Amino acid sequence: MQAFVIRRIAALVPTLFFASVIVFMVVRLIPGDVIDLMLSQDGGADKLDRGALERALGFDRPMVEQYLRWIGGVLFEGDFGLSLWRQTPVADMLAARLPVTLELSLLALAIALAIALPIGILSAIRQDTAADYIARSFSIFMLAVPGFWIATIIVVFPAIWWGWSPEVNFTPFREDPLANLKQLIIPALIMGTSLSAVTIRMMRTTMLEVLRQEYVRTAWAKGLSERVVVVRHVLKNALIPVVTVIGLQATLLIGGSVIMEQIFVIPGMGLLLIEAVFDRDYPIVTGVFLVTGVAIVLINFLVDLSYGLLDPKVRLE
Amino acid sequence: MASVAAPLLAVEDLSVRFHTDRGILPAVDGVSFDVGEGETLAIVGESGSGKSVTAMSILRLVQRPAGEIAGGRVTFEGRDLMALSEQQMQEIRGDRISLISQEPMSSLNPALSIGLQVGEPLNRHRGVSWSAALREAETLLSRVHIPDAANRARAYPHEFSGGMRQRAMIAMALACTPRLIIADEPTTALDVTVQAQILELLKQLTREAGSAMILITHDLGVVARYADRVSVMYAGRIVESGTALEIYEDPRHPYTMGLMASVPRLDDAERQRLVPIEGQPPDLAAMPPGCSFAPRCRFATDRCRRDRPVLEPVNDGTHRKACFADVTQFR
Repeated sequence: MQAFVIRRIAALVPTLFFASVIVFMVVRLIPGDVIDLMLSQDGGADKLDRGALERALGFDRPMVEQYLRWIGGVLFEGDFGLSLWRQTPVADMLAARLPVTLELSLLALAIALAIALPIGILSAIRQDTAADYIARSFSIFMLAVPGFWIATIIVVFPAIWWGWSPEVNFTPFREDPLANLKQLIIPALIMGTSLSAVTIRMMRTTMLEVLRQEYVRTAWAKGLSERVVVVRHVLKNALIPVVTVIGLQATLLIGGSVIMEQIFVIPGMGLLLIEAVFDRDYPIVTGVFLVTGVAIVLINFLVDLSYGLLDPKVRLE
Repeated sequence: MASVAAPLLAVEDLSVRFHTDRGILPAVDGVSFDVGEGETLAIVGESGSGKSVTAMSILRLVQRPAGEIAGGRVTFEGRDLMALSEQQMQEIRGDRISLISQEPMSSLNPALSIGLQVGEPLNRHRGVSWSAALREAETLLSRVHIPDAANRARAYPHEFSGGMRQRAMIAMALACTPRLIIADEPTTALDVTVQAQILELLKQLTREAGSAMILITHDLGVVARYADRVSVMYAGRIVESGTALEIYEDPRHPYTMGLMASVPRLDDAERQRLVPIEGQPPDLAAMPPGCSFAPRCRFATDRCRRDRPVLEPVNDGTHRKACFADVTQFR
């Protein structure tokens, strides 16, 4: 198991390197230059100003040098650069925004699992009963209806009918945990239920497949109760494909939180990213992308590790 | 061999149906047999004859919702198993009656250690703690001749060969010294060289434990060596039953004779041809009205195609056959 973990960690290094290169390049490929934006805001533009501005921001240097400066700062000093517009350190902004997005995502993931695992399991062990049909209908419904649509409905209609709308002044968790959770619970529920749809289906399918296996019959033949058969003999085998799906879904969560943060005005990384893209504020965009990329790589790493825990064959490979 | 007192297991008029897209299939149709204490009964038949389904219905483990035990009585140690609650049935499974299944490659759980799986029945039925059950599993594994059992108990099924896995299955089945072991083609999936070892082991250990065994097989060689009595199944019914010697030396049903003729024997004359049974087993969804073997039978008469023969004594012993013809005159 130790060797397995070490190998997986070693594999992270090249992945993270390529991710950082792509993140750095992609922002600079967005049409419309930050210099143009800045100059147009200042009024009349002329050639001299442009060159001076480029030099001041370091854009006159070769791309490789720009990248090395940036990644060096990130790696050795935790310095993500300064915002081009606000001249404040990007690292500070990320530090303020990341916990909010993380909280929202984890809350959504917890809700998704709390819904999907029991319902998926029940749906499989009570196949073709009313409970199974209800679970499958719910899952198909949630697959078909996009989260942003539900979110919009929740923001718009209660406001029209009862004059109620979700709180938009964000309360940080540290100040008032209850108010904070009350605010995040609606977007988290929307994200979580959307997310649970695929997981329910996957859980049900793999459970049904494992339930048909001969070793499950062996377990029944030992006189084990249904609960022990399911928990000890079925679940561990059924979870392997489900964990993969959860891992993929967790990366979708990050994209989903951008939309939810926008709709519910939650000051997380998503909102920061959208503003920064419109402003072509490269250091912020690269910062957000890099943090997101690292998060996705780490999630995949955790998924890999869980394979090792669930499947004894993987450990020995 | 047949016990005078009430047998350990008595199956009476057992019927199992499968509900499929093609209609209701009578997989097992009015099957009756007894197994005495310590006795080995072989149930012989080709695939689809209902022999495995019969065995599974004793444990009430027929695949649901498709399969359904439609009727009959299964009396084990004086109790009607069909009348027990699921929970009472669980008390019996793995403790009084245990199962060794056909595919050692797929009947052990790939995610759990061998030791845990072998010791599990002790933990379940004897209230033995997990650490004691794991220690006991090591003893059980060495009893089935797995070398270095203490270390091998911590291994997982994929680290075991087919023969080793079947040994582990046997250790698991014997954990609680059951009164009855159901061995569903225990050696079919194994190499020929390993088959004999496994059967010898099974025979030796069941004898030591005094357990009875239902040996399901299509291999008549196995029957001759390891069974006390034999029931031959065809298309969901028992067509002949008797002692192993009677079935082997004096088969009375044309199907049994066909089975014998299609198996090579060491005492056959050199270059003697094997005789296959012509045709196919009947489609369970469209069973012929009379004897189900009639379409393939060279002795079949109009009566065979009209009426269904029932199992009747051949002699004053236990030898019985379900056939109108007297095949002895054709031999």
